[in-house]
Amino acid sequence: MKLIIAIIQPYKLEEVKEELYKQEVNLITVSEVLGHGRQKGITEVYRGAKETGNLLRKVRLEIAVNENFVEPTIKAIIKGAKTGETGDGKIFVLDLKECIRIRTEERGSVAIG
Amino acid sequence: MVNAGDTAWVLVSSALVLLMTPGLAFFYGGMVRKKNMLSVLMQCFIIMCVLSIQWVLFGYSLSFAPGKGFWGGFGWAGLAGVGLEPYADYAAAIPHQAFMIFQAMFAIITPALIIGAFAERMKFSAFLLFTLLWATFVYDPLCHWVWGIGGWLRNLGALDFAGGTVVHINAGIAALVTALVIGRRKNLDSNIPAPHNLPFVVLGTGLLWFGWFGFNAGSALAANGLAVNAFVVTNTAAAAAGLSWAVIEWMRNGKPTIFGTASGAVAGLVAITPAAGFVSVIPAIIIGILVSVFCFTAVTVIKPKLGYDDSLDAFGVHCVGGLWGALATGLFASKAVNPAGADGLFFGNPKQFLIQLTAVSATLIYTFVATAVIYKLVNLLIGVRVNEKEELMGLDLTQHRERAYTVLE
Repeated sequence: MKLIIAIIQPYKLEEVKEELYKQEVNLITVSEVLGHGRQKGITEVYRGAKETGNLLRKVRLEIAVNENFVEPTIKAIIKGAKTGETGDGKIFVLDLKECIRIRTEERGSVAIG
Repeated sequence: MVNAGDTAWVLVSSALVLLMTPGLAFFYGGMVRKKNMLSVLMQCFIIMCVLSIQWVLFGYSLSFAPGKGFWGGFGWAGLAGVGLEPYADYAAAIPHQAFMIFQAMFAIITPALIIGAFAERMKFSAFLLFTLLWATFVYDPLCHWVWGIGGWLRNLGALDFAGGTVVHINAGIAALVTALVIGRRKNLDSNIPAPHNLPFVVLGTGLLWFGWFGFNAGSALAANGLAVNAFVVTNTAAAAAGLSWAVIEWMRNGKPTIFGTASGAVAGLVAITPAAGFVSVIPAIIIGILVSVFCFTAVTVIKPKLGYDDSLDAFGVHCVGGLWGALATGLFASKAVNPAGADGLFFGNPKQFLIQLTAVSATLIYTFVATAVIYKLVNLLIGVRVNEKEELMGLDLTQHRERAYTVLE
């Protein structure tokens, strides 16, 4: 099991969701976050938005998947979020120790999907 | 002779009607996604700036200078001859400029109503050009036909107390045209946009209801019984329509919503507008109850079926509500309320209903065609719609480099 965390451009969320659905990845947590990477607040997108300083708005996705879904999920996020410009974001893949479905108390791979 | 009470009431009414435009801005603004909030506020606000100037320079002249032609012409341009003495053919007891500034507020809010149809996807530059052309070539002539000395619909005897035809049907049908030609918003089917701030919608509705007393009761142009009648039926129709919409939702969907109740109140205000000076309180209740039936159907049944994206239901509420109001005026008008008006169908005068129908049809046809032409022209000159990326990022950031809300702090 892996936990995939992706930071993407907010306006790419719809496309990424669409690509994920195509790969039958339907379970996803989304939050609005602030941050910056290499571009330090001067992407073409946000120039002039002085009120956020050098912190830019991003969207953070959290997706827990079984091993066979890891690559499809990564590819889907890239397909939906990539423009080739600075600021497209990052994907982090973490080992996931345990997963428990609260309703049934099931554990492990079966609890993820 | 200038009457102090009348003048005071018309000036207060003018201020009330002005407040409707920021009220509308919050009514509409609450309905859009948060990335487009400022764009709606800005569109409404800049109309106050642009049309206030257009009106005194030539808009008032085109609309109200006497003449039998397409519009009133430029005789009163720059307010030449529009002074502080009354102009008796419009209002005998208030300064001519008081009438002028009262009318200015109607000229401002009318194009602002159309925003609801193309919200979240129009370029700001195109919006400015479209609005200026529309005000000049659609609102001003139509205003002349219905209210101006020599206007052909006025001479025909069409009743429009406070602007059901000139304001609501006019803006409402223009809204349908723009929604059709600009096309649907992106991702509409996969992700139905939820209103980002319903409390703002309710705030806006409250300001509209409040301002509408100036709109309708002020249209008596005097502090008299007719103004009181208009005030009373306006309040009554708004109440009946808000209640009616809530009941319809309760029966159909299981729960009444504040969004629906607010929409109903606005629909009721729209519908009573042409009738306010001609009907009494029981017809006002009937007008209010039924307008919510018609508008609810337009918004929740007809719109999804036909597939046009009238984002905030400018057509569904203003045109449909305005049509019902104008025709209801032809049904319920009574000389017992206003001797200067006419009797409607239910008071033994079927001819009035036909006159109302003529005025409504002329408005629908002229505005439909003229709006389409203006839209095409603006699209040809500078392009109307933002590109896909700008639409996804939102108009606040891409058109104004501002945001309505921060994330932290």
